Amino acid sequence: MNSVLFVNIFRFIILLTVQIIIFNNMNFWGFISPYPYILFIILYPVNGNKSGLLAASFLLGLMMDLFSNSGGFNTAACVILAYYRPYLFKFSFGLSYEYQTIKLNDVLTPERFSFLLLSVLIHHLILFTLEAFKFTLLLDILLRTVLSTIFTLLICIIIIYLTKPNRR
Amino acid sequence: MQQIFNFIYKNSNRLLFLLLLGISLFLSIQSHSYHRSKIISSANFLSGGVYERINNVNEYLNLKTQNDALAQENAQLRSMLFHTKDTTVAPKLDSIKGIKPSDIIVSKVIHNSFSSQENYLTLNSGSLQGVKQDMGVINSLGIVGIIDNTSKNYSTVISILNNKSRINAKLKKSNHFGSLTWNGKSTGFVQLTDVPRLASIRKGDTIVTGGQSVIFPENINIGTIDRIKIDDQTHYYTIEVKLFNDMTNLGHVYIIKNENREEIINLEKKEEKDE
Repeated sequence: MNSVLFVNIFRFIILLTVQIIIFNNMNFWGFISPYPYILFIILYPVNGNKSGLLAASFLLGLMMDLFSNSGGFNTAACVILAYYRPYLFKFSFGLSYEYQTIKLNDVLTPERFSFLLLSVLIHHLILFTLEAFKFTLLLDILLRTVLSTIFTLLICIIIIYLTKPNRR
Repeated sequence: MQQIFNFIYKNSNRLLFLLLLGISLFLSIQSHSYHRSKIISSANFLSGGVYERINNVNEYLNLKTQNDALAQENAQLRSMLFHTKDTTVAPKLDSIKGIKPSDIIVSKVIHNSFSSQENYLTLNSGSLQGVKQDMGVINSLGIVGIIDNTSKNYSTVISILNNKSRINAKLKKSNHFGSLTWNGKSTGFVQLTDVPRLASIRKGDTIVTGGQSVIFPENINIGTIDRIKIDDQTHYYTIEVKLFNDMTNLGHVYIIKNENREEIINLEKKEEKDE
């Protein structure tokens, strides 16, 4: 149990650092930027403490907002994603997800991919909607959401493949 | 009583979620209003310090372009010095009219964003150096933004590439003015709106800051006219302005103290009270 806690704290710090130093400076065509720091919320243990996840996501989003001057957009998106994560599990893995042991950082299957896609999509949609805060920019929001989602998803999958535990 | 505790215990997750969501939405909505500065900003000890470290490394990559920019500015200032009519008269040190050199604080951009709708910069000087809210920020090429939040050693700037930014600007050749906004699309262009149809404008004309602003002194460069449109509803010009500044690559900037600012604001307040 302790090692799980340490792994998560470690992941929290590393993802946040990498996001701030590298990914926040990535801009394609001026408006597409990846947000792979939400991997922390995605990879959090399935049966882990839910209040813990909520609090940690809040802190994660707050740190992101602090560093990117973005009010509370990241915080709101992270908290909502963390709260609806169980529903996403149910949707992608079937009803009895809590009884199987789901490992997300493993080979990509359709279930895992759909879970990743949905999580990233929800987070980005909320983030960009709050950021623009105008319905006249709806098309712009959707375009940014879709393009950034593709980009984030790609980086998330690469990170998962790079860090997945080796099996002999 | 027991039931209340039971209810709270049973729904602890949902209540926590609603509480955290409430806080974050409050912060989001609060950050969209211009007149209250943000609670969460990167002008603080933690993120300012981290950005300064990162910038120390990044600076080396931009040394060449920064040197070029400084050399060019030096050359410009030198030529002004050599072309003064009477060399015995103490030359004016700055090109900006009415501004004494002591009114300028030199600072460095340690973090720059330009990908979202509301962009902010972080500078490495704060209230200890005399930076206050609503001071103008420029560099050698043109305007950069307006100071938003300050902490002891850092401050944030509302970039001109920000939906919230509104700056009084005018045509250099005539005195027709409008307000400068950004539509959130391209980092190289800003929009000048509300210019009356009477103004004769042409592509390539220079746009400078207007005299109505208490933040910027008059005649600071902004950009040149790139495209001209006429608004269907208001019949005013909407002009696409190509910026002189490359907002994606900023190094040293100057913060302008306007000494008359408080006097003007006080006077205007008095006027409002009298009515």
